[in-house]
Amino acid sequence: MATDAVMRVVEREVLIYRRLWRGVVFSQFVSPSLYLLAMGVGLGGLISAAGNTVDGLSYLEFVAPGLMAATALQTATGESMWPVLAGFKWMGFYHGMAASPMRPTDVYVGNLVWIAIRLTASSLAFLIVATLLGAILSPWAVLAIPAAVLCAVSVAALLSAFSATQETDHSFPLVMRFLTLPMFLFSATFFPLSQLPAALRPLAWLSPLWHGVELCRDATTGTLSAGGWAAVAGHVGVLMAYTAIGFVWGSRAFTRRLAT
Amino acid sequence: MKISGPLVSARSLSKQFDDFVAVDGIDFEVRPGEVFGFLGPNGAGKSSTMRMIGCVSAATSGELRVLGLDPATEGPSIRARLGVVPQEDNLDTELSVVDNLTIYGRYFGLSRSVLRDRVAELLEFVQLTDRADSRVDPLSGGMKRRLTIARALVNEPDLILLDEPTTGLDPQARHLVWERLYQLKQQGVTQVLTTHYMDEAERLCDRLVVMDNGRIVDEGSPAALIERHVTREVVELRLSEAAENEAIVATMASAGHRTESLTDRVLIYADDGDALVAHLLAEGLHPVSVFVRRSTLEDVFLILTGRTLIEY
Repeated sequence: MATDAVMRVVEREVLIYRRLWRGVVFSQFVSPSLYLLAMGVGLGGLISAAGNTVDGLSYLEFVAPGLMAATALQTATGESMWPVLAGFKWMGFYHGMAASPMRPTDVYVGNLVWIAIRLTASSLAFLIVATLLGAILSPWAVLAIPAAVLCAVSVAALLSAFSATQETDHSFPLVMRFLTLPMFLFSATFFPLSQLPAALRPLAWLSPLWHGVELCRDATTGTLSAGGWAAVAGHVGVLMAYTAIGFVWGSRAFTRRLAT
Repeated sequence: MKISGPLVSARSLSKQFDDFVAVDGIDFEVRPGEVFGFLGPNGAGKSSTMRMIGCVSAATSGELRVLGLDPATEGPSIRARLGVVPQEDNLDTELSVVDNLTIYGRYFGLSRSVLRDRVAELLEFVQLTDRADSRVDPLSGGMKRRLTIARALVNEPDLILLDEPTTGLDPQARHLVWERLYQLKQQGVTQVLTTHYMDEAERLCDRLVVMDNGRIVDEGSPAALIERHVTREVVELRLSEAAENEAIVATMASAGHRTESLTDRVLIYADDGDALVAHLLAEGLHPVSVFVRRSTLEDVFLILTGRTLIEY
C-alpha cells in the first residue's frame, strides 16, 4: 500500500464531489434533523412527559448518540456496496486504476479513506444539530465523531470487501435487510441492551454498531459506562479488529478482482 | 529510460483459469519501435496475453519480461511506463473529458502543472479539444475510443497496449483511430495490439502472430505471412447448386489449386485470378457471381486453422 496512491483515489472522489457538494452538505443536515426531531423530540417528549428517564438521561439525550453512530453506519453501508460494484462492473473505473502503478490494495484503502472523510463531515453535522436541540451534555462529545467514524469504517471495511466478491447487486438488499437493519434497531440505539432478553444480548455484543453507540454515548454524556476505561478500550479494540479483518479480506478480494 | 533489447519477451507463456487453458505456451518478442499484433478470433487468448503484458494478470507458467522487468515482482514500475487501451472503455463517466485525463495522469503521480499542458496537447492530438468540458456519456463510440487512447498516452509510455482498438466502431471512426495510431508509430511509439480484423492487422502491424486456441500458429509480417501461405490472388465463386461447389473444388484441387469451401462460396487460390476465371468460363462454368481479389490475412488464417476470423 502506498500513501500517495491511496490519496489519488481520494482525489478522484473529490473531483466528482466538487460538482455535487452543495446538495450533499445540505442533505447531511437533513437526516440527523429528521431523526432527532422524530425520535428525540417527538417520541422523547412523550417519554419525558410521563416522567421517565433512560439510564438517568432524557430520551433525547439517550437516543442522540445512538442515532449518531447508526446514521454513520447507514451512510457507510450504502457507500461500500453499490459504488464499489460500479467501480468493478457498471463503470469499471477500478480497472482503469489497476492499469496504472496503483495496487489493488491502494484502491481498496483509498475508497475507505474517502468514506471516512465523508463520515467525519456527516458526523460533525449530526453533532451540530444534536447540540442545537439540546441533546449534548458534555464537550467530550467531539470524541463521538471519531467513535462514530471508526464504527462505520469497520463496517465499510467488511462490506466493501464483500462487494468485491459479488457479480451482481442482488445480495445488497439482503445485507441491508438482515444485517444493517437489525443492527440499526438492536444495538442499544433506541433502548438499552437490558431491554433485550438475556439470551440475545451476546448477539448485540457482536454488532460493531453497539460498540460504536456505547463509545458515542460515553462521549456525548461525558460519563463512562459501568465498565469504565477498560470498556472503552474493549469497544475500540473490537472495532479495530473488525477493520483489520476487513482490510485483509478486502485487500485479497480487490486483488483477485483486479489482478487475475 | 530506454532499453536496448526487446520491450516484451515471452517464453512458454501460459495462462490457465481453473481447468480452462486460455494461453497455451506461447513465445514472442516485441522490438522497440514496431507495431506488433496478435491476430485471432474471439477466445484465441489475445486478451489474456495482453493482460499479462499489462501486469494486471499473473502468468500461470512460463517466462515474461516487460521493459526488461519481471511483472511478478515489478508490476507497479512496469505499469508506470505502459499505456493501456482496454477492450471495453472504462472511462470515468462521472467526470468530464478533461478531468478524465487529468485524474488518470494523477494516478501516475504526475503534477498538476505538467498535466495542464499535456492534457491540452493530448486533446488536440485526438481532436477532442472542443469537447474538453463535456461529460463522457454523450460522446460517440469513436470519441470515447480516442479519449481512451489519449488517456493511455498521458504518462508518455514506452509501450502502448491496445486490445481490439476499433471493435464496435463505424468505418469512419475506425479510420480516425487508425490515423492516430499510425501517427504514433511514425513518432516511434512501440505498440502491441490485438485484433480480429485482418484489414486492421494489415494496415497497422509491422509484425504479427496468428493465434488460435491459445497457441501461436505462425508469425511474420503481413506480407510474409500472405506469401508463405497463400497465392497472390483469390477467386471467390458463388454457384447455384451445392453439387457444383463440390465438383469445382474437386476439379481445382486436382489441377493443383488450393481451395476452401465455405457455406456460401468457394475460394480458389491462384497467382492470376483473372486468367483462372477466363479459363473456368471457357470450360462452360456458369457461376452466380465471380469476384477476384488480393489474398489477405483472412485467407492466411483460414488456411492455418480451417476457420474464419469472424464467425458468421
